[in-house]
Amino acid sequence: MRDRIWIFAGLAVFVAALTCPAWDALANAKASSKPPNLVLPANEKECVAPAGTMRAAHMKMLIQWREDVVRSGDRRFVAFNGKVYEKSLTRTCLGCHNKQQFCDRCHEYSGVSGPYCWNCHNDPQAVARSTP
Amino acid sequence: MKITRKHFLRLSGLSLLAAGCKQAVRPATQPVSAAGNASQQPIHWGMVIDLGKCREKEGCKACIHACNAAHNVPQIADRAHEVKWLWTETFGTVFPSAQNNFAPQRDAAAMVPLLCNHCADPPCTRVCPTQATWKRDDGIVMMDWHRCIGCRYCVAACPYGSRSFNFEDPRPSIASINPDFPTRTKGVVEKCNFCEERLARGLKPACVDACPQHVFTFGDLADTDSEPRQLLRERFAVQREPELGTGPSVSYLV
Repeated sequence: MRDRIWIFAGLAVFVAALTCPAWDALANAKASSKPPNLVLPANEKECVAPAGTMRAAHMKMLIQWREDVVRSGDRRFVAFNGKVYEKSLTRTCLGCHNKQQFCDRCHEYSGVSGPYCWNCHNDPQAVARSTP
Repeated sequence: MKITRKHFLRLSGLSLLAAGCKQAVRPATQPVSAAGNASQQPIHWGMVIDLGKCREKEGCKACIHACNAAHNVPQIADRAHEVKWLWTETFGTVFPSAQNNFAPQRDAAAMVPLLCNHCADPPCTRVCPTQATWKRDDGIVMMDWHRCIGCRYCVAACPYGSRSFNFEDPRPSIASINPDFPTRTKGVVEKCNFCEERLARGLKPACVDACPQHVFTFGDLADTDSEPRQLLRERFAVQREPELGTGPSVSYLV
């Protein structure tokens, strides 16, 4: 019984360590369960595929486009609704979407920091900002 | 139904006759499809560079600037790290065996525009372990920077020094980024791509359009009536180190 104080102190430290991610999330306003505030394109109502497909599989489509354009020289994409698009990240995707307010916000929210597309590919709006 | 010997022989005979008729009919339809193929024979992009015209405008770098701007080629001062798609060397350096003791000094010191030769049998593609560089059906030696692992075997294999490695992040060394074309990243190899992105849009390569002297003649070497083929028919042309058996697609009119 003499060790009671140590046992409870140890337990308290353990519980604090276990729950620290939750406390950190509460303290840090950036991380929240609130969905990201995505800015959708103003000039276009329809994407190259239905929104659900894009949300779930845009990365697969981008890889496919990449293979088609670079390795087969096939740049023509016929969408589900018959519309024809150029297979291009910069021209087609970023022709409507804003990288900072769309791609980045959702990737940040989902904790997906992975894609290194932007090491080489350009965000036309960022380029325009940097060269006045 | 039971097949009698008579039935069997009659069927065999008719089958043979039908097969024979098919053989006879096929040649009649062949020329039509052959003509269809002739119009779609594979393209072989190539270039002829008129050095005489180039010498007329000494110090002009319009083609180099156009290429660098179109492809976000970084300008790195350190020669060990420099990246080049289209560059110049003196005639004496490029064609050392084409000199003699009596050659006018002016021509030996004249600058020759150099670029990837887009060889018929490219040594660079043969050594690439990831097939990040390969020869396309239209003759362009293409690169897939997504796949390049930066081993630099191709740099070592190319006898023309056409390939450059990104030893550092190229972006800080690009004065003005063209958003339409990707930059490269540290650790990949790059070179001239014959402006395949412009060809896809029906344009000619950037250097061809930028040259005020019309030094570059670009076209399909497989087409006997194309502009470069006409030039090659009429005038004497040399290639860089043809004895290596690489089969360059770039020729020079001296």
